[in-house]
Amino acid sequence: MTATATSPSATILPFAEPLKAVRDTRPLRLITCGSVDDGKSTLIGRLLWDTKAVKEDQAATLARDSGGQNDLGLPDFALLLDGLQAEREQGITIDVAYRYFSTDRRSFIVADTPGHEQYTRNMATGASTADLAILLADARAGLLEQTRRHATIASLMGIRQFVLAVNKIDLVHYDKAVFDRISHDFREFALSLGVRQITAIPMSALKGENVVYPADASMPWYDGPTLVDALELATVRSTQAGGFRLPVQRVVRPGESFRGYQGTVAGGSVKPGDSVVILPSGTVANVKQIVTFDLVRNAAVAGDAITLVLDRQVDVARGDVIVSLDGQPMTGHHFDAQLVSLQPGGIEPGKRYWLKSGSRRQRVAVEPISQLELATGKWQPHASTLAMNAIGKVRLSFEELAVFDAYDQNRSTGAFILIDPDTLNTVAGGMIIAKRAEIGGIHRADAPGGQRVVLSLPADLAEQLMASELFANRRDETEVKRMTAKQAADLFSNAGGDI
Amino acid sequence: MPLSVQETEVKNPPVSRPPLDPHLKALENEAIHIFREVAAEFEKPVMLYSIGKDSSVLLHLARKAFYPGRVPFPLLHVDTTWKFREMIEFRDQIAEKYDLDLVVHTNPRGAEEGITPFSHGSALYTDIMKTEALRQALDAGGYDAAFGGARRDEEASRAKERIYSFRTPDHKWDPRNQRPELWNVYNGMVRKGESVRAFPLSNWTEVDIWRYIQAEDIPLVPLYYAAERPYVERDGMMILAEDPRLELLPGETVQQGMIRFRTLGCFPLTGAIRSTASNLEEVIAELEIATVSERQGRAIDRDQSGSMEKKKREGYF
Ligand SMILES: Nc1nc2c(ncn2[C@@H]2O[C@H](COP(=O)(O)OP(=O)(O)OP(=O)(O)O)[C@@H](O)[C@H]2O)c(=O)[nH]1
Ligand SMILES: [Mg+2]
Repeated sequence: MTATATSPSATILPFAEPLKAVRDTRPLRLITCGSVDDGKSTLIGRLLWDTKAVKEDQAATLARDSGGQNDLGLPDFALLLDGLQAEREQGITIDVAYRYFSTDRRSFIVADTPGHEQYTRNMATGASTADLAILLADARAGLLEQTRRHATIASLMGIRQFVLAVNKIDLVHYDKAVFDRISHDFREFALSLGVRQITAIPMSALKGENVVYPADASMPWYDGPTLVDALELATVRSTQAGGFRLPVQRVVRPGESFRGYQGTVAGGSVKPGDSVVILPSGTVANVKQIVTFDLVRNAAVAGDAITLVLDRQVDVARGDVIVSLDGQPMTGHHFDAQLVSLQPGGIEPGKRYWLKSGSRRQRVAVEPISQLELATGKWQPHASTLAMNAIGKVRLSFEELAVFDAYDQNRSTGAFILIDPDTLNTVAGGMIIAKRAEIGGIHRADAPGGQRVVLSLPADLAEQLMASELFANRRDETEVKRMTAKQAADLFSNAGGDI
Repeated sequence: MPLSVQETEVKNPPVSRPPLDPHLKALENEAIHIFREVAAEFEKPVMLYSIGKDSSVLLHLARKAFYPGRVPFPLLHVDTTWKFREMIEFRDQIAEKYDLDLVVHTNPRGAEEGITPFSHGSALYTDIMKTEALRQALDAGGYDAAFGGARRDEEASRAKERIYSFRTPDHKWDPRNQRPELWNVYNGMVRKGESVRAFPLSNWTEVDIWRYIQAEDIPLVPLYYAAERPYVERDGMMILAEDPRLELLPGETVQQGMIRFRTLGCFPLTGAIRSTASNLEEVIAELEIATVSERQGRAIDRDQSGSMEKKKREGYF
């Protein structure tokens, strides 16, 4: 967005401009997150205001509802997001608000999430589908435990692009040192999460500084992008690479001679003639045609909702996954996963939950192994109940064969929710790490005396290796630690000559 | 050698159109996914059909989702008896053309107690003839899932609502305690009497709806396009003056003008806008420079901030 004007004052209604968003890309999905009261809703409200997404009647309602909220005489932009009565009464966000806006360059779907710890489940709801996270920190407070929790959940859920908004910079006299310190703290913390795409921006959400309009007058020392500049440059998550995956939602039989399998392609691509396997049964067939309402298609890719017809009569039911013959997912009865516990009862060891992944629902027993300690970033052994908001590693045991990809390979076929059979509520969101070896229940990596190799690789190369199927299948036997080139060099020089 | 669909005794073979742009395609895929998931997981789904532009898009997506099969659930229209005449004509044509099961329900209290938008005020009228009527129809049908065409960009409390919006046996929505909804993995587990409202168009904006209608050539009630029509001005709204039940108040006169509607509901509560946009291209061009939101023309949404949330808590869509 090229903005030449200065930030419009609140008394002037936003004037309409034609929407020029180019529609040649999918919308970028993003969330705001961070601790309570850091200014998330204000920021998105301001963003909507400055991108002219607020219509006159909505602006009038905002002015009416704002009353005299702040000394600056500005409307309470958070009210554009905090639409529930309870939120307005308490002045906090309780649940995610989804908003839509566009600039000249692209369109955006924003999920404004609550900072309050009690509502972490609603933050996780927003994070699960996002491509980018705007993490806010109050310039006066820096990174808090809740800031770290949100950053951790966002990164566990596969968000790789972060904007660190050092907000309320107006309240610390636009002090560059404050900005530098908080950005530095966050970069260090992010490294431990494996997050490297970070844009740090000093901001005043309330005054609209570095949101859509630059703030050269108050922050001459900052020459980086505004928030909107950064968002326009971000990338939409690439279509899932890897093998073809079609979780079957329904079987359609309009007449005797037609039998189609309906679902949304969750990875890879498919075309008529391809050989496929139906899991968990393992039956092999070939694709005869791809049917959609519009035309018979000659290919379908990840994201497409299709109807697949196979070349022979096979037994396929809802919950099965049709996959490419090469590059199949993992099948097994035991998997390792990470999860976020979302409800007051927590996740209890040994309890049998419903697990839903794709279109499949099956019974599972969950055994906690460890829990992430947010203050230190360390995984501590933990075999008892994972309390609400805890981030844990668990072992999943299924009665019937389960089919998964690792979450870092496929964000659809590697994700699941847990449903409590008593309340029927969703109690956890989880991400598959790897399949567990089933030989006597012993972790292959636990075998003593085996030889190991420690490698130090450029991150992009490591990324590619880890994306390979061979690696994914034995992910549970490996240890990966990310660090700077300098740290790696030190490590190697300290380790002696035998590696 | 792949067979063509025609060989497989499919009715109404589809027409080919240029491919959708990636933005609309992504929205379409998401909506189809939701339709299929609800149809597979629930025992007795129903689709709320209100005849407007969003419902028209919703119906089109349902037909796409289940093609080459039939839409596997009925459509429910809650008829207040105060809809625009052209809406009812359109509804009946569409049901016939696409071979749909259409259920129409009217709250009998309307006729019994003489409840009209004129006599009882918009809030009470809406409560009885829309919210209560909807609850009656859902209970009578024993539906455990109901699709609706609501979009999150319409209103602040809608912006907070899940795609699967859980409702208690008395149809209440508890906005403070919504189930988490992660990825596109929907939790469709409910007990007897409980239900969900499912919103496949959650992430669509008004502009998306219109662009999609254009790209897919979806038929609409003609009232969305500007034409010379009779109207009276009342409470700052232009009310269509064609129904004999509309009685003129002192000082009111019937005027003629080029008008159209941005949303359609009950004619006494829905204001027209002045417009010369008489076809899709012109409507979209007009929308792109619009300075007010679409809800502006609706009496029931203007009452006060929070009125939609209140209605939803009571079982409104
Ligand atoms: N001075 C100043 N105040 C701000 C700024 N941004 C937000 N605020 C104020 O901070 C308070 C909290 O803002 P919100 O936007 O509601 O915070 P939030 O992060 O959305 O809060 P939760 O969603 O409840 O976690 C409000 O009073 C805002 O006006 C800023 O840049 N400068
Ligand atoms: Mg907020």
